[in-house]
Amino acid sequence: MKSRYSAYPYVIWMVIFTVVPLLLVAAFAITDSSGAYTLENISAVGEYTPVLMRSIWLAAIATVLCLVIAYPLAYILSRKTGSQQRTMLMLVMLPTWMNFLLRTYAWMTLLEKNGIINRLLGFIGLGPFEMINTQGAVVLGMVYDYLPFMILPLYSIMTKIDNSVIEAAQDLGASTPQILRRVLIPLSMPGITTGITMVFVPAVSTFIISRMLGGGGNLLIGDLIELQFLGNAYNPNLGAAIALVLMVLILLCMSITNQFDGEDKEDMII
Amino acid sequence: MKRIFALLLALALAAGLSSAAFALEEEDLDMEYYTRFKGQNISINVYNWGEYISDGSDDSMNVNKEFEELTGIKVNYTNFATNEELYAKLKTGGVSYDVIIPSDYMVARMINEGMLSPINFDNVPNFKHISEEFKYQPYDPENLYSVPYTWGVVGIIYNTTLVDESKDMETWDILWDADYAGEILMFSNPRDAFGIALKKCGYSMNPDSTDQLREATEALKDQKYLVQAYVMDEIFDKMTGGEAAIAPYYAGDAVTMIDDNPDLAFAIPREGTNRFLDAMCIPKEAKNKEAAEMYINFMCEPEVGAANAEYIGYSSPNDAAFELLDEETQESPIIYPSDEVIEKSEFFNELPTEINLAMDKMWTEVLSNDEQYSEWFIPILLVVCIGLSIAINVVRTLRRKRESRNY
Repeated sequence: MKSRYSAYPYVIWMVIFTVVPLLLVAAFAITDSSGAYTLENISAVGEYTPVLMRSIWLAAIATVLCLVIAYPLAYILSRKTGSQQRTMLMLVMLPTWMNFLLRTYAWMTLLEKNGIINRLLGFIGLGPFEMINTQGAVVLGMVYDYLPFMILPLYSIMTKIDNSVIEAAQDLGASTPQILRRVLIPLSMPGITTGITMVFVPAVSTFIISRMLGGGGNLLIGDLIELQFLGNAYNPNLGAAIALVLMVLILLCMSITNQFDGEDKEDMII
Repeated sequence: MKRIFALLLALALAAGLSSAAFALEEEDLDMEYYTRFKGQNISINVYNWGEYISDGSDDSMNVNKEFEELTGIKVNYTNFATNEELYAKLKTGGVSYDVIIPSDYMVARMINEGMLSPINFDNVPNFKHISEEFKYQPYDPENLYSVPYTWGVVGIIYNTTLVDESKDMETWDILWDADYAGEILMFSNPRDAFGIALKKCGYSMNPDSTDQLREATEALKDQKYLVQAYVMDEIFDKMTGGEAAIAPYYAGDAVTMIDDNPDLAFAIPREGTNRFLDAMCIPKEAKNKEAAEMYINFMCEPEVGAANAEYIGYSSPNDAAFELLDEETQESPIIYPSDEVIEKSEFFNELPTEINLAMDKMWTEVLSNDEQYSEWFIPILLVVCIGLSIAINVVRTLRRKRESRNY
């Protein structure tokens, strides 16, 4: 078949830039600096459990917040007329045209003790509040940076849900919460799982947000991995081991969410 | 040691003193030496810190262009941001540089690991301009591999409006002063942070045992409750904006910040501080060693050295270049501190691998929460996840089977 040959460039691309690097990461993780086989690096990852748990916890909060914010927005978006839809979608995408570092830097200026928000609040006699250098600021940074990645998959799946399906549910006497629970959420499940993946994975491995907004006092797993490569001691083996454990954990989390998704796929009516 | 903001300093300097533009005169140069490679289509790769060379903006000398015109050698100029980045890049291979500019301790590490090629000083006659003070330093005891480029000291930058006048600022203890809880910034790179903590504990900045590191780690943990944030480049924003009161940083950058906010002041702790030096070296893989030596020699020409020192704002180890600088700079106690300060300062030296590894590990410990987890936590979590995944699959397969039987 012709289509089989046309896939070759992609297969080659993926082998060179995804499979081989992954194997290299695994190879580094199970060797020491002289290249001899060892499991020391992998077992050393256990010492960094607090860092790992904090990263997963903060990323999970950010993902839930993104979902809660993006879900209604995506629904509203999908019910708008063509031009309104395009304008609003562009506004959602607009911030991503700017570099992500710059946006995070801007949040730093906003949240600082003498920052813009505190100064504005000062005019009406409030504050100053301690906003920067907290875990809340880190979560805020993650939500702000990754929200579009939640909105887009939700939006594209919602546009496929026909109004008539919702009207039919209404005709049959379903209340709004019932429509949401029995119709909208099951139908938009693939969008939800894609959105969760696209927000959670980058959020858990982010490394600059915690330094800029969190004050750098509480390491996240991304910072830890960076430290192994660009820190004082060049230790790519431990860095690779941490990255590998993180990857396996994420992979497992993803496979669990995908299984929830798969269950409903057969019942889809589009 | 990032120098992104050195540009601002250059602007400030250019505004303050309009007369100091340096120019090369052909009669001052050994033309026979410099034109040796003309027309041979040679190019060299130079790898330097960001904003760390006079590049022709604001009437400064465009050093690379001058060199190209003079010698006919093409310069491919690229930047790095940290010593460790430079090291990682060279270590992973695949690139070949002819001239690199690492800092003292990184020079020592590269020498130890055989990554540098000895410089033929017959090809670098201008080495005579380099002050004796900077030759034969512990990072390169026989001075075979490096030619000093710039130097500076670490000190404490503070905001005079936020700090009590009666406080003694010339001590590292001020960074542990509970009166300024939440107003203190600290280095976010382990080497500098540990250097300060070690000095506070009364040790050398180059620790020789993990016990000393342990003591410094406890000091850093105590300090953590007082620290507002661990920063590198963000310090410029935070100090000039009055966001924090006290922070340790590099002298050359302190000058930039003081220019932006006159309320800031700089103090050098009397316990002694770190003196750093960036030096030009030639990696082993260099393709055009002689051209690289010519470039290094050119960088040591008095006018070029002075142009670079003025542009970057860091101190110059080149005596002849120093003479060309204006008086205000020469007498600045921040850029050229007194002999007393210099005497008590230390260069960072290359540490043994186990100390380096221990330092990174303890740094992680400082920056992690004190929550305790069992080391079995991750394996158990993995097993639970795998179990859950299998369970879901089994349940689904069973249900599907049952359903298909019903049809």
